[in-house]
Amino acid sequence: MSRIGDAVNAPFAPVRAYFRKHRSFGIFVGVVLLSIALPLLTRVPPFDGIQSTNAWVNAFTTAAIYAMLAMGLNVVIGFAGLLDLGYAAFFALGGYTYALAASPFSGIHLPFWPMLLAGGIVGAIFGVLLGAPTLRLRGDYLAIVTLGFGEIVPITLMNADKFTDGVNGIGGIDKPSIPGILQFTLINPWPMYGLVIVLFTLIMIMIYRLEDSRLGRTWDAIREDELAAESSGVNTVIAKLQAFAVGASIAGIVGVVNAAKLTIVTPDQFRFAVSISALAAVVLGGMGNTIGVATGAFIIYLFQSILLKQLNTLVENFNIPILNQVDFLEFQYVLYGIVLVLMMLKRPQGIFPARRRMREFAPLKIGKGGLK
Amino acid sequence: MSAAKSGPMLRARGVTRKFGGLVAVNSVDFEIPRGSISAIIGPNGAGKTTFFNVIAGIYAPTEGTIELDGKPLISPPTGAGREPILLVLPTIPFIGLAIYFLLAVGGDTGLVEGVASVAVALLGFVGALLLNIIRPAWYNRLIKRIGVTRPARPNDMVVAGLARTFQNIRLYKSLTTLENILVGMHVHMHGTLFGALFKTRQVREEEAAAEQRARELLAFVDLAGMENELAANLPYGKQRLLEIARAIASRPKLLLLDEPAAGMNPRETEEMTALIRRIRDELGITVLLIEHDMRVVMGISDYITVLDHGEKIAEGLPKAIRTNPKVIEAYLGRGAAAGH
Repeated sequence: MSRIGDAVNAPFAPVRAYFRKHRSFGIFVGVVLLSIALPLLTRVPPFDGIQSTNAWVNAFTTAAIYAMLAMGLNVVIGFAGLLDLGYAAFFALGGYTYALAASPFSGIHLPFWPMLLAGGIVGAIFGVLLGAPTLRLRGDYLAIVTLGFGEIVPITLMNADKFTDGVNGIGGIDKPSIPGILQFTLINPWPMYGLVIVLFTLIMIMIYRLEDSRLGRTWDAIREDELAAESSGVNTVIAKLQAFAVGASIAGIVGVVNAAKLTIVTPDQFRFAVSISALAAVVLGGMGNTIGVATGAFIIYLFQSILLKQLNTLVENFNIPILNQVDFLEFQYVLYGIVLVLMMLKRPQGIFPARRRMREFAPLKIGKGGLK
Repeated sequence: MSAAKSGPMLRARGVTRKFGGLVAVNSVDFEIPRGSISAIIGPNGAGKTTFFNVIAGIYAPTEGTIELDGKPLISPPTGAGREPILLVLPTIPFIGLAIYFLLAVGGDTGLVEGVASVAVALLGFVGALLLNIIRPAWYNRLIKRIGVTRPARPNDMVVAGLARTFQNIRLYKSLTTLENILVGMHVHMHGTLFGALFKTRQVREEEAAAEQRARELLAFVDLAGMENELAANLPYGKQRLLEIARAIASRPKLLLLDEPAAGMNPRETEEMTALIRRIRDELGITVLLIEHDMRVVMGISDYITVLDHGEKIAEGLPKAIRTNPKVIEAYLGRGAAAGH
């Protein structure tokens, strides 16, 4: 590190040491500060000109949902090294779980809070269901099977008319409420923002704890060398199933929140594009680095939903020929493609590489003894 | 602790392994005395590594059985054709329940009943699937009654007290040396998913104790001070040491070393020999090794077994092996053995 960097960092050393020791508290403090700073930032130019604070907060909420999804996918891809291209399926299952449990369509109105847990359990069950037959597969083969699973789920939801109302989806889903204190509404984005922030913090703390645990190490071992892991006594079958289950249950929980936020679920919300966008966030942020992946998701989401929209208005305002016919929002898929290709070519370890990958990609150090 | 038991540490009876038409190991009987250092030697392609892999649970034998510490662990798989039944049978009650569910509410099934019955059937299926995959001990005993047996998997062998290293070193390259050892200690740690999530006191204490022991193990193989070094960055000789340390971290009764001195210079070879002796003497671990370097083999082995073309051609004390005409013939050809 440069000498200037050292000088700047020096006063923060004790703070850093403290948070390294109390990481969960550090995550809590960081997320709280950020969640206060972001809405404040939207009050100053140029951000205040783009959209109202409420619209911004709404966008941040969606971005955080998306970031949680990416963190969950990162457990499967980044930690255990299992390339899962059908991750949106678990997101969908969580969403439909809540939709069926709390909407006029089913006529049942269960409270929101226990359904968070139910969404997680449904996700975990399907995670195991997908994981079990694919345990022997690796790399490309696993990717193809998970891709298929990711398509089967929305198509089933679309065709099971009787249970899901097909393409129309299930609307009018109940908003969460804390009885007697707080009723979430569509107009006021703040309660949902708060809920998402709390969940985000919890999920991040839990993922970090898992990473450093006995289970996290077995995932590392499987990713590095499966045969060696087995010969170290790791039951790779169970460890992989646990990775699938943890990843899927996070998607399930997030699916419940997403359904409650939008108050509608349709099969179209959970197509391949969702899986690919989560994957793009993981690759952009840096596989295996939880904070990096969450940041990657924020960047991609805000880029596509704010910047592309701005581009639309800009082109319209200046009335640039040809370009004003183009809807830039349609270009989000191009964006994912560009992100994936560019990152793989230029910086495969991601913007914020995981500690381990950073070392993997670091230039070979040649010591006193020369090359060995 | 294991001194209380008698009989060999490992007993292989009639072990055969075929790959298609190729017989890699042919009906080998083999015993490793408790507390010994034994070696398997043989020319290239003699089937040594295949035999090793059968013992370690990586390949199932085509015929024969293997006992570790008196426990029969490995035998050829049987009843594979009956396995799908294992998945379907336990699901039937759940599917029955789901059908009953649907019938009980009459012809016009409501949404709730529909979803609930699908959920019940699904849960039953996932349960059966999990049982079939995880195979707890009681489940194994149960399926043995209908004639389905599966040989122990590599991780089962580690639990039973066997550890191994590989001919081409297989470390977790992007983990530190300390983390490599911690993975090796996996079977003796008990932290669960939920323990990790809530960071229970048990988990914290276990982690701290494990780290302490991992440092001791690193010191044992003379890698102290390299705890945070990346495994991939260690020089070749030290990678071999780390792999051995990772293997003994699982507190094995029997340690399998696949060519531990391959590619080492004479000084490193000498250190390796000393280490293998210390593993036996100080940790009380029985050692079985495959080795090409005859100085190593003759120097430390109590017993030597010679394989050629998948068959055992000789076994005994190093002295006897050295002068055994069959062995000389296998290594040097018939002419040399006849003294021409």
